[in-house]
Amino acid sequence: MKMKKLSLKEQYHVMTRDLDWEPSYVDRKRVYPYVEFEGIKVHDWEAWEDPFRLTVASYFKYQAEKERRLYAVLESFDQSQSHLRLSDGRYLNGMKLFLTGLTPVEYAAYRHFAFLARHLGGPAPRFSALCQSIDELRHCQTQLHTFSIFNKYYEGFDNYHQWGDRLWYLAVTKSYVEDAMSAGPFESLVALSFSLEYLLTNLVFVPFMSGASFNGDSASATMGFSAQSDESRHMTLGLEVVKFLLEQDEGNVPIVQDWLDKWFWRGYRALALVANLMDYMLPTPFMSWKEGFELYFEEQMMGGLFPDLEFYGLRPPRHVDIAIAEKEHYSHQTNFALYQFSHLTAFHTWTPSPEHLDWLSSKYPQTFDAVHRPVWEKAMRAAESGNRYYNMGLAPQCQVCMIPPIFTEPGDPTKLSLRISEYKGNKYVTCSDGCKWIFDREPEKYIQARTPTDRVLQGLAGGPTIPEVVSWFGITEGVENRDYVGSGDHKSWTEWQQSLTLAGGQQ
Amino acid sequence: MTTTSPPRTVSVELQESEASGAVVEAIERDNAHVDISHMPGLVRLASPHQLVIKRETVEAILGRDWDTQEFNLVIVTYSGNIAEWDEDQIVINWQERRRYR
Repeated sequence: MKMKKLSLKEQYHVMTRDLDWEPSYVDRKRVYPYVEFEGIKVHDWEAWEDPFRLTVASYFKYQAEKERRLYAVLESFDQSQSHLRLSDGRYLNGMKLFLTGLTPVEYAAYRHFAFLARHLGGPAPRFSALCQSIDELRHCQTQLHTFSIFNKYYEGFDNYHQWGDRLWYLAVTKSYVEDAMSAGPFESLVALSFSLEYLLTNLVFVPFMSGASFNGDSASATMGFSAQSDESRHMTLGLEVVKFLLEQDEGNVPIVQDWLDKWFWRGYRALALVANLMDYMLPTPFMSWKEGFELYFEEQMMGGLFPDLEFYGLRPPRHVDIAIAEKEHYSHQTNFALYQFSHLTAFHTWTPSPEHLDWLSSKYPQTFDAVHRPVWEKAMRAAESGNRYYNMGLAPQCQVCMIPPIFTEPGDPTKLSLRISEYKGNKYVTCSDGCKWIFDREPEKYIQARTPTDRVLQGLAGGPTIPEVVSWFGITEGVENRDYVGSGDHKSWTEWQQSLTLAGGQQ
Repeated sequence: MTTTSPPRTVSVELQESEASGAVVEAIERDNAHVDISHMPGLVRLASPHQLVIKRETVEAILGRDWDTQEFNLVIVTYSGNIAEWDEDQIVINWQERRRYR
């Protein structure tokens, strides 16, 4: 007898949600001990929707296909020595930043979603979290595999774990994910699934993939696409969690609003590294930070999503006006900070070429020539006269986002923005109204944050001198750090390009 | 209270590849006001109110069976809300009001 084939919806219900059961001899509160302490009220877990309707069988089927496609590209990229056809050797420094900044976050997310897959109170979100957990592990692995191709030929790809753990500028992404993981389950979902994946992820991955593609790096572009196809599912989870919480109980609304306010700003601050990548680290740039922010955040989120959420009583995140005002300056101030501290970075820096400065002028017509071009021209003059500018000081780092005070007051690009909070007799520095608001709301949490600068001052970072700190960071002086021009990567790249020309190849 | 505001755009971005070509074409056929733009490696399809991807149309272009879940292999990102995803179609729009309590 032939059985009637189940519809997608029926299959999903039978194969995921219907496999759940109510505990009978153990109290539900003991099975799910974390779902109440944040004050969130859930009346009906069954109301959770998952439009992707994946089952274990379909999940693995499509993930396996994604892997096959990706690894075919990686294999071919590697075999045909495609790294020699990148736009420029400089390009790989952006990938070093990606590997050291983002890959450890993927791994942390894998761990955290495994926790959520066990502890959320309903079968649908637990199954979504399970899929996401496996996705995040896959992202971590595929990133390592992709960058292992470059590791054969270039510096700065071989010690991502220690760098991610210790380097001052990577404390930004590390503290972001640790802040989320140490929050309750619902807050961490708003943090990772909604604020990062739904609100902001397009600003991370789309410029990265398109940028990789534009600069001849089909390996990283394909890796990014492969990961991003999972992100669409994560975005859906993020949107669903917020709508679900808002629909379940009126009392959830102010709690979710607070989390949204906090995590929008936390995520936005972490994206300073991405803004820097888009505007400065791609030798062939294609979209400015400002354009990306306007399309993916202002148009799609402020114009599309928030009118939807307004119905539930949610307003756009606090301090969003500051983020909008900062879009003119964000990438420039971040890249100049990395440039002046590049003796302490695990990638190389450079001053933009004249053509690149003109590209920036065209993308930031109101501000670049007036405010930022003179800074670069001064840095170039200093370098040309043999006085390449390095900042040999130790900058304080924001107690919340970990970024040193490099940003200026909204509306006044000549004045550094710095905020001070006092708590239990101590003073704490934050970089902005956004971070100060976050600190003041949960001071007991944030006074425990230990910035890399604190570690140096406390004698926990190898010693008091710069060479000792460089070594503690895991950087080999003169190998991974400082300027691109004159580096080992630069020498190899130039040599290989010359031999390509001799062989009648391109360039 | 009802308000009238300009139509909000929904969009989907797909990897620009052999595999996604039929889906792009199907979206063009089934969505009258779709706006298509290209970025390196990516194609972005935007439409006021709503975007629909129909299995029948993709199958007609491909000349073979196409499972709507194969859409998982080409989607990069989207803006909007996935309102329906069944064996016949995928619908992305901004959310109709739903409340069950």
